[in-house]
Amino acid sequence: MAQYFTGTDYLLSLPVVLLTLFALGILLIDLMLPKQLKWVNAVTAFAGVLFATAGVWRIQAVYAKGAGGYLGRFAFMQSMLVDRFAIYFFYLFLAGTALAILISVRYLEIENEHHGEFYALMLLSVVGMMCMAAGYDIVLIFIGLELMAISTYVLVGFLRRDRRSNEAALKYLLLGAFSSGIFAYGLSLFYGLTGSTNLRAIGNALQHQMMVRNGHADPVAVLALITTATGLLFKIAAVPFHQWAPDAYEGAPTSITGFMSVAVKAAAWAMLLRILVFGLYPLRSVYLPLIIFVSIATMTGANLAALTQNNLKRLLAYSSIAHVGYMLLGLVALASVDYTQPAFYDGFKGILLYLMVYTFMNLGAFAVITSLRNREVIGDEIDDIAGLYFRAPTEAIMMLIFLLSLAGIPPLAGFYGKYFIFLSLIESKHYVLASLAVLYAVFGLYYYMRIANSMLMREPLEKELLPLSWGMRAALGVTAVATVFIGIFPNWFIEAVNWSLGLTQATPIAGLMK
Amino acid sequence: MPQNYVPIFIFIAIIGVLIPVTLLAAKLVRPDNPHKEKLMPYECGIDPVDSARGRYTVRFYIVAILFVVFDVETIFLFPWAVKFKAFGLFGLFEMLIFLGILIVGYIWIWKKGALEWV
Amino acid sequence: MVPLSYYLVLSGILFTCGVLGFLIKRNIITIFMSIELMLNGVNLSFVAFAAHWQALSGQVFVFFVMVVAAAETAVGLAIIIAVFRTRATLNVDHVNLLKL
Repeated sequence: MAQYFTGTDYLLSLPVVLLTLFALGILLIDLMLPKQLKWVNAVTAFAGVLFATAGVWRIQAVYAKGAGGYLGRFAFMQSMLVDRFAIYFFYLFLAGTALAILISVRYLEIENEHHGEFYALMLLSVVGMMCMAAGYDIVLIFIGLELMAISTYVLVGFLRRDRRSNEAALKYLLLGAFSSGIFAYGLSLFYGLTGSTNLRAIGNALQHQMMVRNGHADPVAVLALITTATGLLFKIAAVPFHQWAPDAYEGAPTSITGFMSVAVKAAAWAMLLRILVFGLYPLRSVYLPLIIFVSIATMTGANLAALTQNNLKRLLAYSSIAHVGYMLLGLVALASVDYTQPAFYDGFKGILLYLMVYTFMNLGAFAVITSLRNREVIGDEIDDIAGLYFRAPTEAIMMLIFLLSLAGIPPLAGFYGKYFIFLSLIESKHYVLASLAVLYAVFGLYYYMRIANSMLMREPLEKELLPLSWGMRAALGVTAVATVFIGIFPNWFIEAVNWSLGLTQATPIAGLMK
Repeated sequence: MPQNYVPIFIFIAIIGVLIPVTLLAAKLVRPDNPHKEKLMPYECGIDPVDSARGRYTVRFYIVAILFVVFDVETIFLFPWAVKFKAFGLFGLFEMLIFLGILIVGYIWIWKKGALEWV
Repeated sequence: MVPLSYYLVLSGILFTCGVLGFLIKRNIITIFMSIELMLNGVNLSFVAFAAHWQALSGQVFVFFVMVVAAAETAVGLAIIIAVFRTRATLNVDHVNLLKL
């Protein structure tokens, strides 16, 4: 039997394989379960996430033993690169998915759509995300992207009798497929320019072409860059490519909105960083003005639109677009300096830390909104959260923590995400952008406090106490503790981010830039 | 190169001549004797009951969906079939894993009743 | 031999037709077909480049794009059926519950 793959290949694909097996298992087990026992699927899915986490842990342990510094291990003929960056994102995806599973169970029972496919699709979309974060070949990245996206389209439309859910799924699908088409066209042009689908080979060939042309980019390369970047910016929902996000977020089942806003978004960011920073680094002077423009447009558009929203899910959708704008500023900082400068690392650190913090605080906020869903009340309008303090005091205080953290108030986690990004902006001498970002952060405070005001000051429309399931309590507890904990002891988490960038090793991330 | 297209142009020209000629010849030769029964659309010998432009039942869409997915998945079998000898047992196992995943999906739609014409 | 640029121009035209169809057409099924057209433009350019570079990876990409397109169509049709069941129209302008 010919040996095409080695043990390393199999080890590095362990989390992906485990998740796929669990997803298929859920599909088969679900066929045998009666209606009352559907929670077994949630338990199976949770077990799947735990096993996958153990798999990632195993990779990390084996990885730490060997030499090789940052560069990580290639698998499957260099199409997959499991480095610390990828492992960091693996943990983020799994954390977001585990929390989303916890808040889904009771919600789906109320909606009367508690099917096993829900969890199977969630696990499959995590498989796609892992391929996006670890992909080092545009083929694998594209398949991962589509696997994640198609699973998410179905999840968004999961409440098939609900007109809003259908509509959201349709809009998400049409715009998602459109952006994938544009993205694939850009990839085909890069393949044509360089003759390879491997990111490193593409980067080296582009570097060579830039040198031959005295630092000027080939017009075809610019076209390829613009189409690829358009696809990527669509996926992270940056203005002007954001229109699908508020619709999809509002119509989707609330727990899926939470899942999309953290795990799916983190995956899109992982892909964007992989392609723009690792692969297309030679073209950074070309995409820098584009990113600056998009980040300003995103912060402006999202913050202004969020001011007038009355639907909580839609408001948080615009807030999540605004956060994308801040994260793009980190990309601006790291693209405008050389990889030997501190601004490069602080920008990178800012984005990664922001994504981690955002996972907890935003999922926490969506967990609170999910718990508002009742037999009679849809519970996603700003009036539905009125007087939450009188119905569920602990939950209201947790929501306040999440909102303050989203606004970036200092002792909480959200502050540190913004801190590194602003720091990197100042280090790379983008003073105007930095002050603009601070200004918009103040804007953000207004609409977050509107929710807090409704929650704490107004009389509740309904009097009875809010019932909380065990899964919901666990998810709220974890997210609230994490949000406070990261704020008070940021050093541990900054260390984790440093680790993921290889800053504690002899060969940092710069090894990939050469 | 344009001259490579010469056979195609000849082909198109022949088609352009042949079709009108045969249609015209048929029209001249055949007896022309219209009748109500003869002009009716033929539907397995049964009298047509409804307009053909009506809406199709949604079941056709479900069959179409399943067909599209399972049909296109087979394109992954072709490269394997071409290189069957070179891949050997390894390729066979890889393909069995791939088909296994498809079979799980097949069992799922079967049990869900999507294959039944209800 | 047909030169590479012919294929690329054709793929560009196909892709542009797809984009225009996506932006102009109002029927959901037609919009879907426009997206397929875009992906076929991508496929053609990948195959042409694969022949140009004598590298198979472009053709492999085409396989995956085709499968992805099929999966997208399947999911899309399913969502269209669900939309049609709840509101009996296939015009995107009438699917307008979610707004600013």
